[in-house]
Amino acid sequence: MAEVAAAPPARRSSGRPDGLRLLLNNSLATGGLIVFAVIVLVALAAPFLPLPDPDATEPVNRLLRPLEAGHLLGTDALGRDILSRLIWGTRVSLAVGISATLIAAFFGSLIGLVAGYVGGRVDTLLMRGIDMVMAFPYILLALAIVAVLGPGLLNALYAIAVVNIPFFARNIRGISLGVSRREFVDAARLSGKSNAQILFIEVLPNVLPVIIITMSTTIGWMILETAGLSFLGLGAQPPQADLGSMLGDGRKILFSAPHVSIIPGLMIFALVMSINLLGDGVRDVLDPRLKSGALTRPVARTAVMRDAQPPMQRTDGAVLDVRGLRTEFHIGGEIYKAVGGVDLHVKRGECLGIVGESGSGKSVTAMSIMGLVPTPPGRIVGGTAMLGDEDLFAASDERIRQLRGAAVSHVFQDPLSTLHPLFTVGDQLIEAIQAHQPLSKAETSAKAADLLKLVRIPNPAERLNAYPHELSGGMRQRVCIAMALANDARIIIADEPTTALDVTVQAQVLSLLDALRKERDTGILFITHDFGVVSAICDRVAVMYAGKFVETGSTEDILSAPAHPYTAKLIDCVPVLGQPERRLDAIAGRPPVVNRLPVGCAFAERCPRAQDDCRAAPIPLVDFAPGRAVRCIHPLVGEVADA
Amino acid sequence: MHDETLLRIENAGRVFGGGRTLLGKPKRGVHAVQDVSIEVRRGETLGVVGESGCGKSTLARMIVGLDRPTAGRIIFEGRDLVAEAGRDLRRLSREVQYVFQDPVASLNPRKTVRTILEAPLIHLLELGREQRKARLTELMDAVNLAPEFLDRYPHEFSGGQAQRIGIARALAADPKLIVLDEPVSALDVSVQAQVLNILDGLKQRFGLTYVFISHDLSVVESVSDRVAVMYFGRIVEIGSGRAVFGEPRHPYTHLLLNSAPAPGRRSLAAEDAETELPDPYDPPPGCSFYARCPRRSDTCNAVVPALEGVAGADGQMAACFHPHGGR
Repeated sequence: MAEVAAAPPARRSSGRPDGLRLLLNNSLATGGLIVFAVIVLVALAAPFLPLPDPDATEPVNRLLRPLEAGHLLGTDALGRDILSRLIWGTRVSLAVGISATLIAAFFGSLIGLVAGYVGGRVDTLLMRGIDMVMAFPYILLALAIVAVLGPGLLNALYAIAVVNIPFFARNIRGISLGVSRREFVDAARLSGKSNAQILFIEVLPNVLPVIIITMSTTIGWMILETAGLSFLGLGAQPPQADLGSMLGDGRKILFSAPHVSIIPGLMIFALVMSINLLGDGVRDVLDPRLKSGALTRPVARTAVMRDAQPPMQRTDGAVLDVRGLRTEFHIGGEIYKAVGGVDLHVKRGECLGIVGESGSGKSVTAMSIMGLVPTPPGRIVGGTAMLGDEDLFAASDERIRQLRGAAVSHVFQDPLSTLHPLFTVGDQLIEAIQAHQPLSKAETSAKAADLLKLVRIPNPAERLNAYPHELSGGMRQRVCIAMALANDARIIIADEPTTALDVTVQAQVLSLLDALRKERDTGILFITHDFGVVSAICDRVAVMYAGKFVETGSTEDILSAPAHPYTAKLIDCVPVLGQPERRLDAIAGRPPVVNRLPVGCAFAERCPRAQDDCRAAPIPLVDFAPGRAVRCIHPLVGEVADA
Repeated sequence: MHDETLLRIENAGRVFGGGRTLLGKPKRGVHAVQDVSIEVRRGETLGVVGESGCGKSTLARMIVGLDRPTAGRIIFEGRDLVAEAGRDLRRLSREVQYVFQDPVASLNPRKTVRTILEAPLIHLLELGREQRKARLTELMDAVNLAPEFLDRYPHEFSGGQAQRIGIARALAADPKLIVLDEPVSALDVSVQAQVLNILDGLKQRFGLTYVFISHDLSVVESVSDRVAVMYFGRIVEIGSGRAVFGEPRHPYTHLLLNSAPAPGRRSLAAEDAETELPDPYDPPPGCSFYARCPRRSDTCNAVVPALEGVAGADGQMAACFHPHGGR
């Protein structure tokens, strides 16, 4: 097939910048990185720097102030050079902090990985052990460990490592638990891998980012703890310098010679602060939850940046009349033209279906109307959306807020994620009503029960007290529909409302929607990928491809005589119940990426009827029969008519 | 060629939960699969349809050894798989493989396609470096992907391509039986046809046997020789695809067929909102479809109907006291 012949396109840099660039974008993290790098370089270079011996005492020159000749930062109570001790001490503190982190990370991660992967009794046993370690205040535990092992830098290191193992174990266990239940672990098992192989070859690489994040946020803390133990005299033993023991030495003479303790104090501050800033930066870059854009908070309404006001044209009797809608996503220098000029209108009591595959822009079209496309990165760059006499794209934010859920309401694909899990169905219905209608409490409750009755939910008064998880998928979607109807919507925008439902439930919900729109004369804009569902409910259909409508017309006409080759292919590639012998006609190739759309027809690359003129210039959507239009210069029906 | 039994499932059941608490109080269990007996014949495609929660995925996982039945036996070419999978999953995995529903989630995001496809070759077939290289080329060719794709990571693939890699992985160990658990339901319709066509080609080319699990009736109808319909953990109807879809006997099969939307079908049969799946913690004493059934009688609520041959239909069986007659 095409894919073997055509070599895959050369790898392009993805829209997202790489890790290091992301880190450098964060100025705080960059600052931290610079400070930390300088400290580490100086500490590493200590043996080569022209420093006096840090342990050489010189009682004559004791407690010299900073900036004295020969002692840039002065001397301490025994006349030792503070600069030299500071640099050597930083070296020790860094070494202890980093090794303690590595030890804690190794053992903690191992415990976490095993507990999360194996689960069951092993998990319980390991985690309860960890809980016991956590039950002691950490400094007390560290003190106890050092007390048993005896004071000394190495013992302090062990104590700090042990105290921090639970922190890693708990973090990693959670992630490991999630990763171990993923399908690729089952797949690896079926590929013949042993448990140890799965744990270290499949699970570990997916947990590694979290281990690194945890380490980067822990090192600073570890250095602080080392300093704490040394300050108490349990870590570094005289005459060896480390930041904590220097601080401890200076404590008694804090008022007579403050520089002896302030200088190591400042060093600890600079070191820990730089590590923490850097660690936060690393976490922001590596954490998959933050990667998906959780740090950029979208505003409440899509930005409208129309370059030119399109002329007003109206379709008679339309409740919603959208003209020339263009919505784009601006991501990392690339412009994704998700919707590239869509005209649609819905009349009272009419159901218009938008059919397309994923990525065709059908949902973005629907979301654009009420400004639900997240900004950033989305923005509406052209078109009008007339609701009655009002241009929705020109309306104020407050006006849009009033219209959302009132004149225009939405029903989404997954009712479980649309409904709030902590409030009862009744609370949520009442909230939807009260947001738009000043009714008394009793009236609102009665109306909520009426709404549930309207969507044929049995025992409506009782069901008001149910939580979403207590209802089945079909019932939840009925509740969502009831909410959409709460304020006498003129139009309902339903985005794949039955895709997540079972066939028998889908049939119920579809017939309910169909009945309701006729009873209440509500227009429906129905988004779906399934021509079967379209047949069941839509009066008219618009087929969407690469951000544009390629064909519009009545459902019967399009299904019986599709004019655009894409529509025909889309209908042909789906198996139809009752026709098992039918050969499935797959569409070769893939849809174009919307940031690199061709000049001419977007479907030309996959189209069996494509000719040179298809690729030359943009193809307009032209009417060719009453109520029907097609964006094709070699349509399927044209030939039939000619013959 | 469809006569020899390759896989026989005898009265298999799977209970989740259950057991006893520390104090000896029995805990409630859910019967995900109950008393399922199916034979899969060499070279055929057995379709399994049912709605969410009917136990079809649990059944699939039991066949490939990812889950153990709590009752009954699963016999593959005369070997008891349940006992074998407990000792050594590898022996079973050489014969029976699995294709997952979500193509992207079933590929480790941090491994290249080459590493993913080599795993079964190393661990199951113990092939050397040169043999592996040859086999990889063969596999990529079988699923119609360019060999350049081997050094890419899963996130660089579209859903259809990723699913073809999943199929290649299942194929790698040269199994006799492949269990396909909703292999196309996460894909776009145009891609779905590509994958279905590839599956069909592979079956002819390698003489495979498929167990094809899906909630989509039209897809199952187009690929299956025989079809089993599951409801609430049990098989309610089984028979040749033509018979089950053409002359459904069980009222549930009827309901399913009449609910399915199809291009050109204007009205769908819709039940009342009252009708729901029974509570799995408190299953009804008789037929689990009783509450929704238009043909129910008192017997139905008292006794579980057995899966029995239907009069006048060759090999078609339905678990119903009042089955529909032939259309």
